[in-house]
This record gives sequence, C-alpha cells and structure tokens, in this order.
Amino acid sequence: MFLINCPFCGEREQSEFKAGGEAHIVRPKQPTELSDDEWAEYLFMRKNIKGIQFERWNHVHGCRKWFNIVRDTSNDEIKVVYKMGTKPPIK
Amino acid sequence: MKNRYSIFSLIKNAFSHHENWQKAWKDPSPKKEYDALIIGGGGHGLATAYYLAKKHNMKNIAVLEKGWIGGGNTGRNTTIIRSNYLWDASARLYDHALKIWEGLTQELNYNIMFSQRGVMNLAHNLQDVRDLKRRTHANRLNGIDAIYLNTEEIKKFCPIINTSPNIRYPVLGGTLQKRAGTARHDAVAWGYARGADEMGVDIIQNCEVKGIKRENNEVKGIETTKGFIKTKKIGVVAAGHSSVIANMVDLKLPLESKPLQALVSEPVKPIIDTVIMSNAVHAYVSQSDKGELVIGAGTDDYISYSQKGSHDIVEGTLNAILELYPIFSRMKMLRQWGGIVDICPDASPIISKTSIKGLYFNCGWGTGGFKATPGSGDLFAHTIANDEPHKLNAAFNINRFVSGDLVDEHGAAAVAH
Repeated sequence: MFLINCPFCGEREQSEFKAGGEAHIVRPKQPTELSDDEWAEYLFMRKNIKGIQFERWNHVHGCRKWFNIVRDTSNDEIKVVYKMGTKPPIK
Repeated sequence: MKNRYSIFSLIKNAFSHHENWQKAWKDPSPKKEYDALIIGGGGHGLATAYYLAKKHNMKNIAVLEKGWIGGGNTGRNTTIIRSNYLWDASARLYDHALKIWEGLTQELNYNIMFSQRGVMNLAHNLQDVRDLKRRTHANRLNGIDAIYLNTEEIKKFCPIINTSPNIRYPVLGGTLQKRAGTARHDAVAWGYARGADEMGVDIIQNCEVKGIKRENNEVKGIETTKGFIKTKKIGVVAAGHSSVIANMVDLKLPLESKPLQALVSEPVKPIIDTVIMSNAVHAYVSQSDKGELVIGAGTDDYISYSQKGSHDIVEGTLNAILELYPIFSRMKMLRQWGGIVDICPDASPIISKTSIKGLYFNCGWGTGGFKATPGSGDLFAHTIANDEPHKLNAAFNINRFVSGDLVDEHGAAAVAH
C-alpha cells in the first residue's frame, strides 16, 4: 500500500489506481509480418524486474487518465511520475 | 541411516527430555561440483531433489536456498489441496499430485497432517452456477470426485454459512471435492528435506545465486554467495523470483510477480471442518488444527517483490467473509503476511526445458502452487533427469506461449488466480 502522485489530480491512495504493467512496450508497426515468436514476445514475455521498473498506471477511480511511473518493485518506493508519451526522465 | 519416527522413538526420546533427537538434515558446505543443482529450497524445490534422488538415482545433487528452507511461499500459503480443475491437462496434473499427497506421510515417515476434509466452492450468480456444474461434469469425466450441491445441501454440510437469499451475493450452489483438504505446509518442506538429505542430497541454506555461467548455450555452473559451484543441470524453482534468475541468463518469461496476502485469526474451538472457497467475492476460509481461521485474500494488481500487500485487498476479503459468516464478526485477526507469487498469463504453471541446454524452469504456479507440491517435484525431477517432459507436464511447456496452446485456467479453476 502506497500513495501515488497522479500528474493530473495530485497525491491519492494506490487503491484508486489500476496497474497497467510494464511500460514502453511498443506495439508492432506491421503486425501481419510478425512471426509467432515475435508475437509471444510482444504479448506475453515480461522483464518482471525486481528493482527499478518503468510501468503504466491508470487513475481508474479518479481522472481515468493513463501515466507512467518509475518504481522500485523491491520496496514499492516511487522514484518519478511522468506523463504518457514522454521519455522516462531517468535511466 | 536416520532413525525412523515412531511411537517407540517418541517414548525413547521422552526419557531424555527430547534433547537427543537426531538432526532432520545436515548443514553442509557446497561441494565443488554436482550432477544437478536446484535453485530454491521451498516445497517444490525440495520435492524435486527428493524425487531426483529417489526415482532417478541422482544423488550427487544440491538444493540452494537464499534464506532458510520453507521460508518463502511454502510457509506463507493457506495450505489448500484440491484437484478440481476444468481442463484435462490441469486435472491430470493436480490429481497426480493429490494421489501422492494421499500416501505422503507414510512415504516420508513424516506427519504432514494431510487432512481430506473436503473443499467446497460456492456459486453466487447464475454464471457461477453454470460454470461450477460444467466443471463438476468435466471433473467426473477425468475421474476426479466432484459433487454439485444446492443451497440447502451447502447449509447442511457447513451450517455457519449465511444462505439467506437477501445478502448481496447469495449462495446459489456449490461444488464439493471430498478428497481435497489441507496439509501442514512447514511439515511438507521439512519432510522432503529430511528425506532428500537421507539419500545424500546437500541442502545448502543462506546461499544466494548471483549468476549462472554458460558456454555455447550450455550451463556450466552457478556463482553463489558461497562461491562457484560447477554443474551441468540447473532446475530453477524460485517462485516469485523466477524472473530474477531468468534475467541473469537473458531469458524472458511470461511472468508477473505480485503480492498475495493471507491472514489468520486468534484460535477458537472447532467451528469449520472443511475448506470453503468463493471465487466471485474472493473469500476463502478454513480452520487450522490450532484453531485459527486461515483466510486467503487476493493478489494486488501491480508487480512487487515487497512481501506486503495493500490494506484494501484484506478489507475486501474480510467484508465478504463477514457477510457469508456473520458468526465471525467479533473475531480478532492475529497475523497477516504477503508472499510473492509468479503469475502466468493463462494461470497455469511452466514445468519445462528452456532454450538453454541444462536449464529447466518450474514456475508460474501463481496463487495455487502448494497443492501441487509433490506432483510438481515428481514431474520436474523426471524432466531434469531425462531432459524430456513427462506426459503429464508436456502441456505445461514454455513454448505454449508461442504456439498459442494455452491452458487457460483463469476462470476455470474454481477460484480466481
């Protein structure tokens, strides 16, 4: 349980949000040309990092907007919150 | 040869105030080389080592455990054992495990307190009723005992359930698997550890894996906090930390690790002599032999390795428990904890070879791995020893995410995963 600073609404409880999983997975530009291996990679395979993870969240019980978070998954500490479509501010 | 546990050894040791019991397993330093190494000293890992030694005569092996054995999810689950899964592949897998459970205490000479007290799954809406009836038929076709109960029969089987039609999610029916039940989780780890140790398996605790050495796409050994250990075969049974090991060899798995919580109440006199699970409202409860109510909550929806979950998940579960069992309204909760579960997109496990020679993964058990412990160990041992899956775990290979031949047990398995 932790607080998330929604870039649109401010600080709210995590229970107001829905986690959207790993961020920056780019949808294939030409899906028809993908092999089965590439589809599996895109659809299912995840880094599932223990440590600094880039991820998507949706303020589902608030403004309903999507945004990105950098979070340490080993202790749930949030490092940075940044808007969709922008590059991650840290590596 | 270890002393067998029996009434006679109990009496004999009583005379020396129980101070001279033999150690259940040794605490060895790692050798330079083993025929196989198992990463993870939980129930599944220890069972794997036990069956490797017992059925495949691989005795020069070791189990590497980062903490202490059975200190992870093995000691953090709600100990429910059942095999009433919908799909053929899962039904066979879990029933294979259940059949081993039935004779495990005798086999290990260790009382795992296996209790076939039955597991009941409740339906709270019309779709639940249809799903549970379908699953009952599917189970019977697979030779698994299953009964469908109506509301009155449920009330008769477990009188404390509130079967009033006026509650928010009324009880409309349910299934019962009588062969299902619970076991003492710690004893399972300890029993397998003792059995494996007796056959010469080294159980190495406080030994964290730091890296896996490979040459020409073949494993060569493991770098650990206790030095480098050479081996040709590595079985990874690291549950929530499977991806951490996979990332060491640049292998991606279809897993997400999430916190799953459970809690126990203060101990009370026997009130509930079965296990009751309810998928739709996510409440499941049983009573331990100590008298505590054992309650399982759901997973959080975000990835985390923090071994603690969110308060609102516990609150949701307890709301449902209180509506279904008003008698518990003044019970105090004693302890709450979280474990990290590795969830596959199809909520079925992976027991498989990988693209790296000599590297095997047994993971993705998600929220329901305890029930499979003996079967999982048996089949994983077969896979490692023969470099080929057993027919029972062939469907649970890692390539199913490429071929699309998924074993989708998300809604089908009687509870949400």
